[in-house]
Amino acid sequence: MFGFIVQRLLATIPVLGMVAVFVFLMLRLTPGDPAAVLAGDNGTPDQIAQIRESLGLNEPLLVQLGIWLGNILQGDFGQSYFFKKDVSELILLRVEPTLALATTTLILTIVVAVPIGVLAAYRHGTWIDRSVMAFSVAGFSVPVFVLGYILIYLFAMEIDLFPVQGYKPISDGFWPFIHRLVLPSITLSVIYIALIARITRASVLEVLGEDYIRTAYAKGLKPNTVLLKHALRNAAVPIVTVIGIGIALLIGGVVVTESVYNIPGLGRLTVDAVLGRDYPTIQAIIIVFSFVYVVINLLIDLSYSLLDPRIRY
Amino acid sequence: MNWGRTFAKSAAKTALAAAVALPMTLGMTATASAETTLRVVMHSDLKIVDPIWTTAYMSRNYGYMVYDTLFAMDAETNVHPQMVDSYTVSDDKLTYTMTLRDGLKWHDGAPVTSEDCIASIKRWGSKDSMGQKLLEFVSEFKAVDDKTFQIVLNKPYGLVIASLAKPSSNVPFMMPKRVAETPSSEQISDYTGSGPFVFKVDEWKPGDVAVFEKFDDYVPRSEEPSWAAGGKVVKVDRVEWVSIKDHQTAVNALLEGEVDYLESPPTDLLPLFEGNDDITAQILNPLGNQYMFRLNWLHPPFDNVKMRRAALMAINQIDFVQATIGNPEYYKECPAMFICGTSFASDEGTEIVMKSDIAGAKKMLEEAGYDGTPVVVMQSTDVDVLNNLGPVAADKLKQAGFNVDLQAMDWQTLVARRAKKEAPSDGGWNVFMTSWTAADILNPISAAGYNAGCDKAWFGWPCDAKMEELREAFATETDADKQKTLAVEIQKRAMEVVTHAHAGQWYQVPAWRSDKLSGVLGGPFPIFWNIAKSE
Repeated sequence: MFGFIVQRLLATIPVLGMVAVFVFLMLRLTPGDPAAVLAGDNGTPDQIAQIRESLGLNEPLLVQLGIWLGNILQGDFGQSYFFKKDVSELILLRVEPTLALATTTLILTIVVAVPIGVLAAYRHGTWIDRSVMAFSVAGFSVPVFVLGYILIYLFAMEIDLFPVQGYKPISDGFWPFIHRLVLPSITLSVIYIALIARITRASVLEVLGEDYIRTAYAKGLKPNTVLLKHALRNAAVPIVTVIGIGIALLIGGVVVTESVYNIPGLGRLTVDAVLGRDYPTIQAIIIVFSFVYVVINLLIDLSYSLLDPRIRY
Repeated sequence: MNWGRTFAKSAAKTALAAAVALPMTLGMTATASAETTLRVVMHSDLKIVDPIWTTAYMSRNYGYMVYDTLFAMDAETNVHPQMVDSYTVSDDKLTYTMTLRDGLKWHDGAPVTSEDCIASIKRWGSKDSMGQKLLEFVSEFKAVDDKTFQIVLNKPYGLVIASLAKPSSNVPFMMPKRVAETPSSEQISDYTGSGPFVFKVDEWKPGDVAVFEKFDDYVPRSEEPSWAAGGKVVKVDRVEWVSIKDHQTAVNALLEGEVDYLESPPTDLLPLFEGNDDITAQILNPLGNQYMFRLNWLHPPFDNVKMRRAALMAINQIDFVQATIGNPEYYKECPAMFICGTSFASDEGTEIVMKSDIAGAKKMLEEAGYDGTPVVVMQSTDVDVLNNLGPVAADKLKQAGFNVDLQAMDWQTLVARRAKKEAPSDGGWNVFMTSWTAADILNPISAAGYNAGCDKAWFGWPCDAKMEELREAFATETDADKQKTLAVEIQKRAMEVVTHAHAGQWYQVPAWRSDKLSGVLGGPFPIFWNIAKSE
């Protein structure tokens, strides 16, 4: 197991290296010029040229790449072209809102999706099953921004239960923190609930048809015990995989939800950086995301051995 | 039955609201203070905190919070002393002597001195086009004493005071000497100003919120405030510029009282405020903004004046403003290139852009021998008030017989591409459209579009010696009437050779909580002094 972990972590180094080079080159090949953006709408050609020079954008591409990679190896992601702040500082400012939203969404998703998925499988073919499936289809079909606006209209504007927008850090108190996360978490979790409930139902349904389930019933075990101890545990691998991918997607930026609810998370930072051609920020965010994805995938793989003793590394 | 349902619904709403709001209220009671905070949603994020380094309007708006100016323009476009107490001009019009007001301080408590102002003018003058023009005429700056300094010219220049009162980007803001000595090619890192607000750099969360606190030692003028001129009396403790990217969310936040002021809600969302007595949505800048139709002189077909004239004959103002703004309350057809209602406004020579003459344009194209060279029109797709300009321009040019290649792109790509001098087939361009705040284009020196200095001109690079002669004559003319005559000549010349076309005026409509705010002032930029807030 230890060897496996070390091997996987070492494998991240070439992955991140390739991501770094790819992102760097892709950004330079994309139309747009940060100097033109920085100069402002009234900027003159001379001003733009001066800014390009000061940012080092006139250097040959390979020189720019070499300087950037050298700085990264020293732990320096550089400064944002716009804010003149360290990119690592900008990313750290955005981590808490993203993690908070991802965590509440995930908790809500697991608490709702797994039970209704199991229930739908257990009551296969009944109105409960059909209701869960109908919800699942609806959850996939309604765009996040539409659901967000509907919830805001109902619960923030018609009934003043929640604020329309904004984020409060947990340091401002637990209640203001959670109060502002309720609607965004519900909005965001619907699609994940739909997905995970469906996967749970399918996995549990498959397991329920196995011989050992019939044996368990024959031994006189209670339905709950059969369902939760035998069926769900054996159906857990695909469910955990989907949940893991969900976590990666949530951390990777939930741009629409962050925009609709005005949450200053990593998703919004990414979009702003892309629109502004803020190369150092985009590059750093993508490297961080890549690393997070790799780690989450590793954790998912490790969880398999806990859920299924037959899997060994 | 209906009554019963209504009652039940109302009771449920009240109970739910109470259940959720109670802990919130309790929490708020514990942290409540007497501090008044104005929460504002600006048109964009604050990114660059050096208003000399960039021309971005957000940086200009930031500048008006943190810095002050020697002179300032009022709502009638008249110029008044602001930091300056009094000034004199020598009989030969070569020496301007300026004395600063008493009590002016930087945010760190140090007094504002002549040396600070001289260094600030020099930094601004090395960056801004109007400042560069001014410095061409300056032979020397002299600090007479701590509060008095002189600007000595090598020959009379008619725009010395107007330059120092330039209301929009780049505004000649005064900075401490140690800050102003930063080369204009580098961004400053010391945010000390002498303006009515102090920038709280430690509370600045880029892309989220920028915080300003009242500067208690600011000494406002005694006159009534008007635009950037007059007394800048701050009546709130803090101003927070909150970043809300989604327009609908920003409007919802204003409706719910979570923010107090929106700088520029899109016009299609303004009906949401109708009938709401707590919210006022009103044009605060009567001069508004002007669309610009810009052609590239470097490449065919618009390297030929007849082709440019044909393009001008094809377009008209009303089609542009209807397609982008829509509501006639928020746009205006205006024949004056220097903005209707201002000192240099005139209708002369601009009939050509007021009504399309497609037949005339076709005839002109034929005379010019148009060979079907594709015309690349760049269309911005992510700025609400610009999005539809490209398709309208493309349509009018097609009607006239041009072979149009309309290319859609985001605004940041467009601003990068417009700087390219290459042929359109190699990544260059032929036509783009943009918008200027009126305060930027009130005279032919500050307005970049009239610069016809070939390589030194703004994107499109017009090249016309006569236009440059006229601009030079305007700059050196000190008589207001003669300046007006020259401005008219410049306008006529701009239409003759087609440096650009003015494609209609439009207005932003800020909205604010009138149940809480009073004293909201108009101006070519958002003004946050004089606003009082009741909680």
